[in-house]
Amino acid sequence: MDETTNREDADLARRRASLDAALKVRQSQEAATDQGRAGRDATGYGKALRLSSEFIAGIVVGAGLGWGLDKLAGTAPFGLIAFLLLGFGAGVLNVLRTAGLVQSAAEAQKAERSARK
Amino acid sequence: MANDPIHQFQISKLVDLNIGGLDVSFTNSSLFMVATAAAASAFLYMTTSNRGMVPSRLQSISEMSYEFVASMLRDAAGTQGMRFFPLVFSLFMFVLVANLFGMFPYFFTVTSHIIVTFMLAMLVIGTVVVYGFMKHGLGFLNLFVPHGVPGVLVPLVVAIEVISFLSRPISLSVRLFANMLAGHITLKVFAGFIVSMSAMGFVGVVGSILPLAMTVALTGLEFLVAFLQAYVFAVLTCMYLNDAIHPGH
Repeated sequence: MDETTNREDADLARRRASLDAALKVRQSQEAATDQGRAGRDATGYGKALRLSSEFIAGIVVGAGLGWGLDKLAGTAPFGLIAFLLLGFGAGVLNVLRTAGLVQSAAEAQKAERSARK
Repeated sequence: MANDPIHQFQISKLVDLNIGGLDVSFTNSSLFMVATAAAASAFLYMTTSNRGMVPSRLQSISEMSYEFVASMLRDAAGTQGMRFFPLVFSLFMFVLVANLFGMFPYFFTVTSHIIVTFMLAMLVIGTVVVYGFMKHGLGFLNLFVPHGVPGVLVPLVVAIEVISFLSRPISLSVRLFANMLAGHITLKVFAGFIVSMSAMGFVGVVGSILPLAMTVALTGLEFLVAFLQAYVFAVLTCMYLNDAIHPGH
């Protein structure tokens, strides 16, 4: 009597485990296709606008700082030239960071901390 | 006049107010901002006032928007970031409802004016800067100094990082404003084509089916953009707040 219950329990546990595994595979597949679809349609358009606005914002801020510095210190046009170039650099950095090709400082330190642990 | 695609963005004064030489008139933009805030609060309040264990449809919309923003914030800024939940949720709901209000014919789109989106972005960056300095003191400036940079390059890298940080409110506000402005102008231009083409007799009427189809498609796209931009604004807010909470030690 005891033996049959044990065997049935073991059988049930095995079946549940295999069902769990099958379900997990299926869910991850569904999640992957969902992400892929969203990535193509919605985020593609959003990403294009995001990247361009990040780049332009960097240049605009650089030029604005340089122009303001020139106004204050009377160093025209060198401040504008230098800060426009820096702003270009910042714009490129923004774009790379948005695209996930360069880690931000905070992310890099977080990764470093978790690696050290 | 009816075909002028820019006309929809014009500010008109509803109540002329002038306090100490400062023009603080109540405009159509103010009216729609008030309407946006009122509609968002009223919706959330009314759908959650008699809540049940089994949520009604409207209650589950409220709960879904709460869960959506809460998980977004928790992912980006950790559990510590949850203290900013009221800010992020208010911003998300305001931008979303303002964008959706803009989709009604004859309604004014608040988020299509850069000064509005810029002030929203400055609110976010102001919170980041003030909270960052309050919590970490001068350690907040570590945000601008990446690890492992050779000493010679530090001034250059810091300058670029600072400019990159300062460009955040601009890119945040320009993105939202440009999306809404461009979308509404495109919609109006294509809708205008229908009118001017169908004035050209039978061939024009038949031909105007093309811009009509385009307008219908664009309306769908605009709804997508309305949601997407509110989402992007909230996600970036979360990421910037994360910098204030963990600037790196």
